[in-house]
Amino acid sequence: MEKTVNQKAWFLVLPMLVIVAFSAVIPLMTVVNYSVNDTFGNNQFFWAGLEWFDEMLHSDRLWAALGRNVLFSAIILAIQVPLGIFVALNMPHKGFWASFCLVVMALPLLVPFNVVGTIWQIFGRPDIGLLGHFLWSLGIDYNYTANPLHAWLTIIVMDVWHWTSLVALLCYAALQSIPQAYYQAAKIDQASRWKIFRYIELPKMKGVLMIAILLRFMDSFMIYTEPFVVTGGGPGNSTTFLSIDLVKMAVGQFDLGPAAAFSLMYFLVILLVSWVFYTVMTNMDKEESAR
Amino acid sequence: MAEITLSHLAHSYFPRPTEDSQFALKELDHVWQDGQAYALLGASGCGKTTLLNIISGLIRPSQGQVLFNGKDVTDLAPEARNIAQVFQFPVVYDTMTVRENLAFPLKNRRMDPDYIAARVQAIAEMIGMEAVLDRKARGLTADAKQKISLGRGMVRRDVNAILFDEPLTVIDPHMKWELRTQLRTLHREFGHTMIYVTHDQTEALTFADQVVVMHEGRVVQMGTPQELFERPAHTFVGYFIGSPGMNLIDAGIEGTRARIGDATVALGAAYGTLTGRTRIGIRPEYVTLTDGPGLPVTIRRIEDVGRHRIVRAELFGQPLNVIAEEGAPLPSGAPHVSFAPEKINVYADDWRVEGEAA
Repeated sequence: MEKTVNQKAWFLVLPMLVIVAFSAVIPLMTVVNYSVNDTFGNNQFFWAGLEWFDEMLHSDRLWAALGRNVLFSAIILAIQVPLGIFVALNMPHKGFWASFCLVVMALPLLVPFNVVGTIWQIFGRPDIGLLGHFLWSLGIDYNYTANPLHAWLTIIVMDVWHWTSLVALLCYAALQSIPQAYYQAAKIDQASRWKIFRYIELPKMKGVLMIAILLRFMDSFMIYTEPFVVTGGGPGNSTTFLSIDLVKMAVGQFDLGPAAAFSLMYFLVILLVSWVFYTVMTNMDKEESAR
Repeated sequence: MAEITLSHLAHSYFPRPTEDSQFALKELDHVWQDGQAYALLGASGCGKTTLLNIISGLIRPSQGQVLFNGKDVTDLAPEARNIAQVFQFPVVYDTMTVRENLAFPLKNRRMDPDYIAARVQAIAEMIGMEAVLDRKARGLTADAKQKISLGRGMVRRDVNAILFDEPLTVIDPHMKWELRTQLRTLHREFGHTMIYVTHDQTEALTFADQVVVMHEGRVVQMGTPQELFERPAHTFVGYFIGSPGMNLIDAGIEGTRARIGDATVALGAAYGTLTGRTRIGIRPEYVTLTDGPGLPVTIRRIEDVGRHRIVRAELFGQPLNVIAEEGAPLPSGAPHVSFAPEKINVYADDWRVEGEAA
C-alpha cells in the first residue's frame, strides 16, 4: 500500500512551535546575542565575537565557582543518596505510621525555596535561632556569616534537610513494589540482610535511584535561592556557586556580555553531564538485558 | 525428607476467635507421610494457602502443632525448618546469572564450592537449563524463571519438604504440562515430600499421590484421585472434581431405593433412616441416556467438547448433566436416563453416608 503524503500536517505542529519559540528559543537567542556583542545600553550593540567566551574561560572567578559547585554537588550526592536509601529501608510499610512518615517527609519538599533559606537563616542565628543559640550555649563558636566552614556546613545540612526526602520517597516507592514472596524466598534461602539488600532491594531501586541522582545533581548544580538567602555567597566568596556568581555579574555589575557567555557555557555543562548520566543509565540497562 | 504431622492445627486471623466462622483453618489432625506428593485443592479463600504457610513457617498457627519427623517445629522460622518453597510468581534474583541463582541457597549455607558446582550442574540438567547457566536471569521468560525457582528449591538435597504455592499460574498452558511432568519425574527420582497448592483439579489429580480437598477452611476429604472421583466424601468434592461435576439430586432415601419426584431408582446399598437434606450424587459419566425405561428427562442443551458431548438435561425440575459418547445416537423418542446403581453416592446434609451391603 502506498503511503499518503500530506504536508498539511505541519500546520498542526505550528501552535506548539510558536509557544516553544516564545517560551524558549527567542529568550535563549537574546542570550546568545548578548554573548557575542558588547552593549552600552540604548540598544546599541557592537560585535565582540568570541571575546567574552575567551575571557570567561580564563576567568579565575568562574573556575573557582565551578570548583565550589562541583564539590557541593559531590558532597550532597554522597550524603543524600545513602541517607535516602537508609531512611526508605527503615520506613514503616503500612498502617498509620506509614502515612504519617510520608506526610512528614513530603513537608520539606513543599516549602518554597526562599522560605527554606529564611528558615535556616534564622534557625542558625546565634542570637535568636534555635540551632545557633543551642550551639553557642554548648560553647561552640558557631557563626555562619563569618566562618566559611560553618557556612558550608549550614548550607549542606539545609540541603540535606530539604531534599533527602525526595530520594527517600522515590526509593520507598520502589521498595513497596517488591512482592512479599521475594523476602520469603530469601529467608528460605538463608540470605543475610546485606544480600537481601544487594540482590533484591538494590536492583529494584536502581531505576529510581538513577533518576534521583540525576535530579539531585542538576538541582544542586544549579542551586541559587537557599544559599543566596542564607549567606548571600559569603563569607567572602566561599559559598558563591555558579548561579550566584552569574546573577552578581549580570544584575549586580551589569556585565551582560560576559554573563551571557557564562550562562551559555553553564547551560552546556549541565546538558553535557545530564546526557552522560542518561547514556550511562540506558547503556547499563541494555547491557543487562543483552547478557 | 520428613513425615509431617499436623496435630490439632487451627488458625484464625482474628486475635481472639469466638465462633467457628472466624477460623480461616478449622481444626485438623493429619499425618502426611514421608516422600509422598500431596496436593491441596480448593477454591480461592478455602484456607489452602494458610495451611501451606503454616507448614512453611510464614504463619504461626493459633492452635496446635506442626511436627517434622516427630520434632515440634511450630515456633521455628521458615529458614530454620529446612524446607524449600516455590511461589506463585517466579522469584529469581534478577542481577545474578542462572548459575548464581541455583547456587545461592547452598552458598548461603557455606557449602563446599566443589559440591556446589556439581550440584548446580546436576540441577541444571534436570530442569534443562545447562545452555543458559551463564545468562542473567533477568531477560528470561516467565516459565524459564519459574524453572529456576523450582531448581533453587531442589538444589538442597536434605530439605524436609518442598512446598509449591500455585506454581504454574503464570505459565503458558502448553508449558504447564511439561513442567508438571518434570515435577512428577523429579519426585519419583528424589522422593522428596512435596506439597502442592492449587485450585486446578487437573494439576492436583495428575501431580499428587494424595489429594487434600479443602472447603471453607476445612479438609473435607483426603484421598487418591480415584477415591475422590468414585466416592466423594462431601458434596463439595463431588461438585468441585470432575468436569462437569457430580450431579446432586434431592431424593428421599428408603432402604435400597431413592425416590425422586414420582419415580424411584435402585441404590447399590441399603441405608437406614437419614436426617437432614438427603441427596443422591451420580457422576455424569455414569448416567446413560435411553429411550426408556428409566427416569424421564427434558434435554435443554448439548455441548460438544470434542472427545464427548455434555448433555444438559432436567429431571423433575432439577438440573442433570450426562456425558454421552461422541457419535452415539441420542434417543429418538422421549428421552430417559438410567443410573449405574453401584456408582450412586448418598449424602445427608452434604456428607456422604456409607451404605450397608443390600
